Amino acid sequence: MAHTVNRLSRFNMTALALGLAFLYLPIVILVIYSFNASRLVNVWGGWSLRWYVEFFNDRAMLEAAWMSLRVAAVSATLATLLGTLAAIGLARGERFAGRALFSGMLYSPLVMPEVISGLSLLLLFVALNAERGFWTVTIAHTTLTMCFVTVVVQSRLTSLDRSLEEAAMDLGCNPVKAFLMVTLPLIIPAIVAGWMLAFTLSLDDVVIASFTTGPGSATLPIRIYSEVRLGVKPEINAISTLVIALIAVLIVAASFASKLSSSQGESAVPL
Amino acid sequence: MSTRRIFARPARYAAIAPYLWMALFFLVPFGLVLKISLSQTAIAQPPYTPVFDLSEGWQALKAAFEELSLDNFRLLLSDNLYILSYLRSLVVAATSTLILILIGYPIAYGMARLPQRWQGLAMTLVIVPFWTSFLIRVYAWINILQHDGLFNRILLALHLVSEPVTWLSTDTAMYIGIVYSYLPFMILPLYATLAKMDRALLEAAEDLGASPWKAFWLVTFPLSLPGVGAGVLLCFIPIVGEFVIPDLLAGSNSLMIGQTLWLEFFTNKDWPVASAVAIALLLLLVPPLVLYDRLQRRQVEGRH
Repeated sequence: MAHTVNRLSRFNMTALALGLAFLYLPIVILVIYSFNASRLVNVWGGWSLRWYVEFFNDRAMLEAAWMSLRVAAVSATLATLLGTLAAIGLARGERFAGRALFSGMLYSPLVMPEVISGLSLLLLFVALNAERGFWTVTIAHTTLTMCFVTVVVQSRLTSLDRSLEEAAMDLGCNPVKAFLMVTLPLIIPAIVAGWMLAFTLSLDDVVIASFTTGPGSATLPIRIYSEVRLGVKPEINAISTLVIALIAVLIVAASFASKLSSSQGESAVPL
Repeated sequence: MSTRRIFARPARYAAIAPYLWMALFFLVPFGLVLKISLSQTAIAQPPYTPVFDLSEGWQALKAAFEELSLDNFRLLLSDNLYILSYLRSLVVAATSTLILILIGYPIAYGMARLPQRWQGLAMTLVIVPFWTSFLIRVYAWINILQHDGLFNRILLALHLVSEPVTWLSTDTAMYIGIVYSYLPFMILPLYATLAKMDRALLEAAEDLGASPWKAFWLVTFPLSLPGVGAGVLLCFIPIVGEFVIPDLLAGSNSLMIGQTLWLEFFTNKDWPVASAVAIALLLLLVPPLVLYDRLQRRQVEGRH
């Protein structure tokens, strides 16, 4: 018997197509206009790279971009380290004192309004009398993004077949060795994905960085944000396109890396 | 199992570093926000009193404790500005979440109905915009919605309007921005539950004479409610505290609570009131946060 429920109806297809168009068109338009020769943002003046040249001559913007890249790389690495350790504790630690508090602390920042996270971290840095700049932003980003890493790695760990670890231990490995030899290679794709997620989240953040940075060390999003508040500027289209390209390259690289390292062909994109 | 227990001990040691990190950079800062929300504004550095100074001994600490008061919270309750901006945040978050369900559900449903081999691709396509910068995506809409932007030119070309409409700095623009930014957060949990659903149930409903429409409301929709719940919480909670989107796209005559906090902190330099706004916002978010935490734990830890 032919069931209509198994067919993809025209309505389903339309919804899907419109949905994807809605998600992608604005970005495509942004990218196209970054190559616009005209100074007027919405008048097409032919293809040109002048806004990219403008960006590479804009010292303040370049400094901000460099600051952002450094913050993102350092905080993503720290976050991946801490987040993976946290995930191991939660997924393999069974019951321990303060476990509920621990997982609460790790899950709440995922949905916590950024203004609150930013404000509270700034108050801490002021209380500690820390000089605000690169390290305060990096610590703030690490705190936020390690929670995302934890979720990604933990869900991979809980879905793993534990009999592999147990077999390794039955064969004489100690737990640490069993973890390094058996578990770690299996969760590498999730760890790579976690790093990527942390990197892009850090590269994207305006609010927390605004609270925790000091004078003279603006990140790229802070600079973009202050420019955008004043209106559309073609140079921002060019910068945005470069950021999108960077992230695209990273995603492709990460998914290749995880395909190579994992026989199951696990994608680097989580969720 | 004994091997599991042997494994548990080093795993717990692994948790020590992140535990301490989160205690120092998540828990302690909250204590500070709470403390400063009970302090007075001062023209000093830092701009509040009392300042706890452990070097001055126990007596000074005790005196400082006695100076704490609920004045900032009384201010929040007495000044309409704050109550109105809390209300606005709730209304905006509720409205956006509703729109997100209406738009996200058909998309997630379409994805779940795709042939198996296309589903992975469709999911990647939904996730990729989530990886591109949030700020850039909002900026993309400013491009489109500005006075001589693409949207107005399309409307003019189609003769739907006779002169350009002002979109920027309106609530419409803000809703477009919010829905656009949060759509993947709604689609993914919905898709996850819809894809898991057993199609035999729908076939059974059809065999028993239910129309597709009826089968949808009697079978599919009730079964997808956990996904709807997760999507709603994942969108509602962060939208309540949203700052960037309303600041860039909405008008400045009514502020959401995140903007009020920002204003108190950066423009008025009133740290105690900003902290009180943060505490009140957090209290507002506690019920949905607790719900979200339960759902999340059930999903992540329930797979043993």
